[in-house]
Order: sequence, then C-alpha cells, then structure tokens
Amino acid sequence: MSLSTTDTEPDERSAAAEPLTHGTLPASGPPLVLLGAIATGAVLWLLGWNPALSGIVAAVGYTAVVYVWSRAVEEARAARDRLITAVVSSAFLLAMLPLVSVLATVVSRGLARFDGEFFTHSMRGVVAEGGGVHHAIFGTLIITGLTTLISVPVGLLTAVYLVEYGRGRLARAITFFVDVMTGIPSIVAGLFAYALFVLFFGPGVRMGIAGAVALSVLMIPVVVRSAEEMLKLVPNELREASYALGVPKWRTILRIVLPTALAGIATGVTLAIARVIGETAPLLITVGITTSDNFNPFDGRMATLSVFSYYEYVSPGVPPEASLDRAWAAALVLILIVMALNLVARLISRLFAPKSA
Amino acid sequence: MATRIQVSGLDIHYDRFLAVQDVSMDIEPRQVTALIGPSGCGKSTLLRSLNRMHELVPGARVSGKVVLDGQDLYGPDVDPVRVRRHVGMVFQRPNPFPTMSVYDNVAAGLRLNHRRMPRSEMDGRVERSLRAANLWTEVRDRLHRPGSGLSGGQQQRLCIARAIAVEPDVLLMDEPCSALDPISTQAIEDLILDLKSSYTIVIVTHNMQQAQRVSDTTGFFNLRAAGEPGVLVEMADTTTLFTRPAKQATEDYVSGRFG
Repeated sequence: MSLSTTDTEPDERSAAAEPLTHGTLPASGPPLVLLGAIATGAVLWLLGWNPALSGIVAAVGYTAVVYVWSRAVEEARAARDRLITAVVSSAFLLAMLPLVSVLATVVSRGLARFDGEFFTHSMRGVVAEGGGVHHAIFGTLIITGLTTLISVPVGLLTAVYLVEYGRGRLARAITFFVDVMTGIPSIVAGLFAYALFVLFFGPGVRMGIAGAVALSVLMIPVVVRSAEEMLKLVPNELREASYALGVPKWRTILRIVLPTALAGIATGVTLAIARVIGETAPLLITVGITTSDNFNPFDGRMATLSVFSYYEYVSPGVPPEASLDRAWAAALVLILIVMALNLVARLISRLFAPKSA
Repeated sequence: MATRIQVSGLDIHYDRFLAVQDVSMDIEPRQVTALIGPSGCGKSTLLRSLNRMHELVPGARVSGKVVLDGQDLYGPDVDPVRVRRHVGMVFQRPNPFPTMSVYDNVAAGLRLNHRRMPRSEMDGRVERSLRAANLWTEVRDRLHRPGSGLSGGQQQRLCIARAIAVEPDVLLMDEPCSALDPISTQAIEDLILDLKSSYTIVIVTHNMQQAQRVSDTTGFFNLRAAGEPGVLVEMADTTTLFTRPAKQATEDYVSGRFG
C-alpha cells in the first residue's frame, strides 16, 4: 500500500471504497419475529406438543429467522451479533427456568400450612392434621449455628495461614486437600462424623453436635476458599504501609488485613452457611429426627427442617395430604431462611465495606 | 532525633540474582539525600534495605552493613519491627488504610504499636502530625471521614503525616510524587524542605529536577551493564553532581544523553 500523498488512485481502505453504513433491520423487526416465535410455540403447545419441545422450537425458530434475515439485509458481523445475543439470552432463560419453577412450586404448595400453628407447635403427639416445625426450626438454627462456630475460626485461620504465612510444600498440600474437601459428597461427611462419634459414645449415637461436625467438614473448605480469595485481594501496599510504621506482622493481619477484607469474608461465610443449612443426608445419619423439642445438641436426636421435610414425604401419616403439606411448608421455611441469610450477607458487606468519600 | 546512616559494602540479592552490588554511602542527618538513576538499577531496593522492608520479598537477602547511629541494622538479634519504628517510609502510591478515617490513619502507627495515651494527647499528636504534613487546614473539618475520600495529593500527605506521627528518626520516600499532579508534587516538595529540619530524609526519584530542587546530596545509580547488578556510580553534593559530575556516565545521565 502506498503512503504517498500524491497518489490519485483512491486507497482500497478509504471511505469511498468501503461505506461506513450498512443496511439495518427495521427497529420493530426482531421483536415481531420474537412475538411470532412465542405464538408458534404456544400454538404447538395447545396442539398437544410437549411444552419443553414447543419452547425449544420457538427459541431455535427465532434465532434462525433473525440470523438469516439479518444476514440478507445487514452485514455478516451484525448477523453474528444477533445470533450470539439470541443464544446468550436463551441460555439465561434456560438457567432461570428451574429456579423460578422451584420457587413457584414451593411457595404455592407450602402456603397451605404456612400458619401460626406451624411455627409454634412441634410434632409431639401429632398423627394426622396439625402439628408444626417449631422443633425443626430451632434444631436447624442450633446445628447450623454450631457448625458456623466450628467452621469459621478453623476456616479463617487456615486462610490467614495460606495467604500470609504459608510457603512451599505444606501450603500447597493444604490448598490441594481443601480443594479435595470441597468435592466430598455430603453423605461421606455424615458417615465420617458418625464413625467419629461412635468411637466415643458407642454404636447408635445420635446428637446435634455430631451433625454440626459433619456439616463443618462440608463448610470449612468453602470458608477457606472464600476467605483466601478475599485476603488475597487486600493490596500488599497496605501491609507494607503497616510494616513501615513498625507494626508487627500479626497485628498488621489482625488490624489492617482482616478489617479490610471483612466485608468479603462476611459475605463468604454467610453464603457458606446457606450452602450447608439445607443438607439432609449427613443429618439423617448423625442427628436423626424426633417429634418433640430438643434444644440440647449434646443429648439425643434433634429435628431439622431438611430431615423433617424428608421424613414427612417418605413416611406420611393417614391421610397423607397433611404430611405432604407439612413437608412443602418446611421446605418453604428453609428457603426463606436461606433468603434471609443472603439479605444479611448483603447488609453486612454494605456495612463493613471500606468507606470512601 | 535525626540520625546519620552509614552504608558500607552492601550487596542485595533476590535468590541467586545480585540486584545491588557493593554500595557504600553516608547519609547525613537533617539533610535530604536523593537517589536517582534509570529504572531497575536498584534504587528502590537499596531504599527498602534501609528499614528492612526489603526482606519481605521471599528470597531476598542482604549482606554488608547499614549502621544507624552506631547500630548495625543487619546485626544479629536486631528486630526488624523495631528498626521500622525508627525508619519510616512513604510509598510511591498513596496507601491510606481504607477502613480508617483521616484521624485514625494518622493515629494508626501509635495505636497499632499499643502506645496508649489519653485522648487529648492523641488529639494533639494527630494535629501536630497533620500540621507538619501541611494537611491540617484542609482536613480539620473532616477528620472523621474516610481517608480514602481525599484527593491523591492529600492522601500522600496523609501518608506522610501517618509516617511522622510515630516520630521516626529517618524518613524514606520511594518516588513519593510519581503518582501526583504538579501542584500536589509542589506541596510535597515544600513539605520535604520543611521536614528536613527535624528528619533525615532519603528520597528515590525519577525526576532530576525534583532531585535538584529538594536534595542536598545526590547519589547516581546505574546498571553496570544489562543483566548485571546495579551500582552506586557517584555520590556528591547535589549542585556538584548535576553541574560538574566526576564520571562520564553521570554526565550522560543528568544531561539527558543517557543510552
């Protein structure tokens, strides 16, 4: 390509050779195609097709029509843009579908027993209608609280070790095993805790603290991971600024590094709690179920929402409807607790976030 | 309060790599000593070895002597934490503690070192440090607002106030103005000239005009060759070094004919 200014031939890359505009679809075009696709899907559904298949046909149909049309009117890049937009949006809708469906089902079925009695009564002496989850709510809160009490110090100190002190082989080994622990099936954690407590209390032992130990096995790696990431985000400059003031390392960690990362750590811990609060299998083995209030985690079986929900479903009373309603309502309570935890996490991260201006 | 630093035969390694070789210099009390030289020649490394911040990098080690008022910083049983209480540091980028207010930032060094004092004494200490850093009039109404809400230049002066609040003997400054605009730079330079009367100041800078404006003595560092360690080429009175340098390499660098 010549760079000479006397060149009279138009350059092949100049605006004259390659216009800066290209055809565009009418603004109402893609939305109309979308409406058409949705209508087609609805008609197919009414004709007796499987709803999932109708939805897939509508999505694929919309994507194909918009792509081909855009290809014909606009240029190739615009067509690709529309194609990818359609694919990304479909993936998003697909991911939302089960979430919305689960929420809608649990809310609609759970509301039947979402009443005062449900929250104030246990299942003591209840065989058919009535009864509640007073015992299971407290059981879940006590066991999850104990789990947090065990997991947060262990997890946080491990993260501090890995980020601030750990060097070489030991640190790498810990990181590796934390990763392995993240993948442990929850039933294995339950069996581990059961086996551990059998050593001390003999076979058939059931107590809340055993459940908390089982859940800790699941929760510690999550806490370590999230706290580690948050501590790594603390700028090294802040540590150096503190060291330069003659502050020892341990106090720098305690007073500068941890407060700076606190918002993220608190969020991570809350999400880790949300992760274990709904666990069923390990609690089934280690804690069991009971029908009456037992708020002492060191003595005998306790009820928890997840296990309660499971038992109401697998061994309903007569008539079974009452049990099924209780199972759904317990699931709804569990979801609400998790939702509340997430809101608390947001609140905490806003309260503790490093302030500016 | 101000202290003389004598560096002799200092070698600084990162693992096997020799970063700075055989540096000997005397840093005079109540003077500003500037270290200039191209990037990567070990100025900052040398500066950080003066308060043992250097060894925070894994694999870093130092041999030779740095004598502060008769005590070798690298002698056996020397506690680096104590060294840093005597030799404060200001960094290239302003780094106020983001969780703390302006007041708490200045008080941080005292509080974190568990120097308990009555509220009124602490207030006085904070005010004096902020006044010394020429920041008091700008922040007196927002002492309890976050320190990270200040402008870049104010943040850097806040960091200087934080460093001098613990009353060190020496103040090390690692390119303190390189992230600041000319107005803030001038404020910091004025401040350095003010602080000179009570502290020994060592400043690393890429800005040769700055070195001429603020320093009494200047040391020129250079790489012996590409891939070789950095060395102290020449150290002299600032005026002499910039007008009648003894070495050709210095002449080339300060006159802009480097490389």
